[in-house]
Amino acid sequence: MPSITFVHPDGRAQRIDASNGESAMQAATRQDVNGILAECGGSAMCATCHVYVDEDWLARLPAMGDDEDALLDGAAAERQANSRLSCQIQLGADLDGLVLRLPDRQT
Amino acid sequence: MSATSRTDSVTPEHGVPASVPHLGVDPFSTEFFEEPHPIHEALREAGPVVWLDKWGVYGVARYAEVHAVLNDPMTFCSSRGVGLSDFAKEKAWRPQSIILEADPPAHTRTRTVLNQVLSATAMKPLRSHFTALAEAKADELLARGSFDAITDLAEAYPLSVFPDALGLKQEGRENLLPYASLVFNAFGPPNQLRQDAIERSAPHQAYVAEQCQRENLAPGGFGACIHARADAGDITHEEAPLLVRSLLSAGLDTTVYGIGAAVYCLARFPDQLAKLRSDPTLARNAFEEAIRFESPVQTFFRTTTREVELSGYRIGEGEKVLMFLGAANRDPRRWENPDSYDITRRTTGHVGFGSGIHMCVGQLVARLEGEVMLAAIARKVGKIEITGPVKRRYNNTLRGLESLPITISPA
Ligand code: HEM
Ligand code: FES
Repeated sequence: MPSITFVHPDGRAQRIDASNGESAMQAATRQDVNGILAECGGSAMCATCHVYVDEDWLARLPAMGDDEDALLDGAAAERQANSRLSCQIQLGADLDGLVLRLPDRQT
Repeated sequence: MSATSRTDSVTPEHGVPASVPHLGVDPFSTEFFEEPHPIHEALREAGPVVWLDKWGVYGVARYAEVHAVLNDPMTFCSSRGVGLSDFAKEKAWRPQSIILEADPPAHTRTRTVLNQVLSATAMKPLRSHFTALAEAKADELLARGSFDAITDLAEAYPLSVFPDALGLKQEGRENLLPYASLVFNAFGPPNQLRQDAIERSAPHQAYVAEQCQRENLAPGGFGACIHARADAGDITHEEAPLLVRSLLSAGLDTTVYGIGAAVYCLARFPDQLAKLRSDPTLARNAFEEAIRFESPVQTFFRTTTREVELSGYRIGEGEKVLMFLGAANRDPRRWENPDSYDITRRTTGHVGFGSGIHMCVGQLVARLEGEVMLAAIARKVGKIEITGPVKRRYNNTLRGLESLPITISPA
């Protein structure tokens, strides 16, 4: 069971347990992590599950698809090189300890 | 409701297990439209799965079961129609939708196209224009003071932004609301509402078929974007007009009912209007909560593709299952104080836009319209008062008002 950490804009770290195979977005909404809105429920159209991936983890994530890339342009907060959509990050043992930083806004 | 009964009899042609609670209520009747909430409660409390004698269909009204059915599209399919009519047994009243009334893998292809045409990225360039028109609308209505919040606001605002965003010509737009009302009535049973709507449908259908053609859609609009995806080979040139038709069917009336629901909430719950005024950034969630609270789209059906067990009840193949989205959105098993409109509630997970693969593809258009309209009200309007009789509009699928006379005063 991977556990992942969300870092809020104020620096507060929130560690949550996730199930294998669920997305980082699903783990976050199931446990009411404020800052992951996920309006579209993972349909890959809202970009309100935007996260900044901690630099140490960036290279360990599978590359993003073209859809995710295009959709990140629709995110409310500034897009950065380490921007990803948390509904597109599938969790497994390999991502145990993943650190995701939350943007200051999702809409 | 005393209509619940547990009988030992089995309806032979359907083989309904005796233990499924039978209910006599008609969810497509004017009594239901006027006052659905006590009946929703009866449906939820009768059991996780019920049988509706009136139309010979299963029903689910609790959040867990509605969510489960929405998220198992291979068992509970859409391709046999999301209304009462079973396309395997009856010809559809119009050529079947290639997104709403389709299953994977066919659905996946058309959905991918609309997902991109209506994504957050596609909304960004629309925001400032939608905002400006919402503010102009609020100013105009403040100058008038007293008006009908349905025709003059809930209808007028979407009509001022959506047809242009789609790229429609000016002429003939008066067909849009009647066509949508027809589409949503047609999901219902063969009652008077449905019969009347279909009987009068010919001119509206002709208008819509015409507007879906490429030459009638302005460059840069959603419609033109869909046709461009046919050039790219993602869909065929025959499919493009049908996908445009989906936006004509589902893109306008739904937001009229959504904005109408939100304004009706703010008019009834002044404490929530006060909260919104003190923090207009709550506008988007205030709209979302109105969608949960009123559920403008009340119901959709699915059809079983195989025998399946749902929460302990066996449902045979080829059965219609009616999902009560509005009842799920007020299920106390899922929501705290479900019957209160609370604009600071965490609304994530409500099924007012559906859930799973068919979850509303126009949700970002709807939220954009709702958010900017409510934000304009939050900044400019001090008070909303209901000043006349509130009249309900009857539709087999949509829940909303015919008339909401209000007076507003400036902040
Ligand atoms: C407040 C406004 C709206 C509400 C409450 C609403 C509700 C819904 C619901 C409940 C579904 C799911 C249908 C199902 O599961 O069978 C749906 C699907 C759909 N909606 Fe909306 N809708 C709204 C606005 C819009 C807008 C603005 C558009 C177009 C721009 C739109 C286009 C569609 C389409 C095409 C589908 C079918 C999606 C699919 O099957 O994959 N809707 N909507
Ligand atoms: S939840 Fe909507 S894009 Fe990720």
